[in-house]
Amino acid sequence: MASALINVPKRAKRGEIIEIKTLMSHIMETGYRHTATGEVVPRDIITSFVCRYNGVEIFHADLFPAIAANPFITFFTVATESGKFDFEWIGDKGFAETASASILVE
Amino acid sequence: MRTLEQTSRRRFLGLAGSTAVLGAIPIVTVRPAEATPAMLATAIRNVVGEAPVRIGKVKLDVPPLVENGNTVPMTVSVQNPMTANDYVKSIHVFNEKNPQPNVGNFYLGPHAGRAQISTRIRLADSQKIVAIARLSDDSFWSTSVDVVVTLAACTEEVI
Amino acid sequence: MRSAPTIAVALLLIAADIAASPLSATEIPQAQRRSGYSFMTPDTQAIQDDDTANPGMLWVLDGEALWKSKVGAAGKACADCHDDARVSMKDVAAHYPAFDKTLGRPVNLEQRIDLCRVQHQQATPLAYESRDLLALTAFVAQQSRGAAISTDVDPQLEPFVARGRELFMQRQGQLNLGCTNCHDDNWDKRLAGSAITQGHPTGYPLYRLEWQSLGSLQRRLRSCISGIRAQTYDYGAPELVELELYLMSRARGMPMEAPAVRP
Repeated sequence: MASALINVPKRAKRGEIIEIKTLMSHIMETGYRHTATGEVVPRDIITSFVCRYNGVEIFHADLFPAIAANPFITFFTVATESGKFDFEWIGDKGFAETASASILVE
Repeated sequence: MRTLEQTSRRRFLGLAGSTAVLGAIPIVTVRPAEATPAMLATAIRNVVGEAPVRIGKVKLDVPPLVENGNTVPMTVSVQNPMTANDYVKSIHVFNEKNPQPNVGNFYLGPHAGRAQISTRIRLADSQKIVAIARLSDDSFWSTSVDVVVTLAACTEEVI
Repeated sequence: MRSAPTIAVALLLIAADIAASPLSATEIPQAQRRSGYSFMTPDTQAIQDDDTANPGMLWVLDGEALWKSKVGAAGKACADCHDDARVSMKDVAAHYPAFDKTLGRPVNLEQRIDLCRVQHQQATPLAYESRDLLALTAFVAQQSRGAAISTDVDPQLEPFVARGRELFMQRQGQLNLGCTNCHDDNWDKRLAGSAITQGHPTGYPLYRLEWQSLGSLQRRLRSCISGIRAQTYDYGAPELVELELYLMSRARGMPMEAPAVRP
């Protein structure tokens, strides 16, 4: 039951710089831990995060095992028009999750 | 430096404890090989190529003394007008002593308005963090910070 | 973690120091009680303060969804009996563990949820520390945020509180330490670089950075007990519930913070 927490201001003025905060549930298993019998616990991380604003990519990130569990990522963008932010997380073992948030720009 | 004997004792104590919380598989960590300065240099060169990296413009906000290496809040910001002609293309973060030198790459653009990202990272030991920014003119700027970690991240043990 | 020998030596020194001094473990005066929150660095406090940055809230969100999903042979959701949790569960977690008449002993919030599942939803109980049970507990506990801890002043609970207090005070394990030795007597000091808190359960279930996951008070107690090299109790053991009950009554009046964040 993966879940995401997104914080996008509901409204903004045209040209205003807004902060977007995202939190995604994921164990981010580093691939450097071992079981008691010595086997490696295989890596299982989110490798990429993308944000699109009305279909146009405005931010993306490559993530490595050094990113903590339940990745928290914040970034900024200029509010240009009303519409939708789409977020996508892709990772190992076919992990793919999406979320979205709307904004009213006046 | 941990000796093999100490690691074995830890493992025994870890197993001697009650049933593992995570489920059937008790997880114990044998400390992996640390990254070397050469790995860090290579990782940086993969991003930067042969271009010179200048010190400045980038600010790296990490607590100097970390409560737990598993989750360390980090903010990187670059002093930059973020206009169509002068903006930050990307920010790359590296570490010195985790098993792997990369932390994350963050790709911006003029529409970002402000060149600043925050996330939470893992630090396996007290070490140096390096942040390098690539500007629109393909110049590279960097800064680094020393962080003291009292509880290591990648070497978590089960109780 | 510093190596085991270093911690063992540190604890031995504390134990020796405590054994040497005339011991009557003094409880912390009301006015000096502080939540574990106040021992954290501002950076960690900031993680707890922001609901959109607090990873514990991910479990609360899951719990909210579980609250509404129908389960078991009865095909009922929590919401079918309890409606809007914001109303029906308001401040409830602040007085758990509570006395259960049928069982004749106190039960904690996790056990209450499982009892409901079995009795009213005709579903199998959720395993301790399973994601679903943590999510439901987090969701219910969050409805008590800000409420003053107020375990019932119930004569039926008294013997269990007393038993919990005994467990808190007793020396145990290879290091011959009682909870009180650190958490009543040395909470203004540090151990192996970490602050020794007063051990109040104001924020459970909480997101512990060391676990990189949400976990229950019982998980923390088991970690503590094995940390002092004593034999720990199984999840759901009456001793752990009695300890929880004592800890909550020791923290009476302090505001609930669930889901908290701790190092």
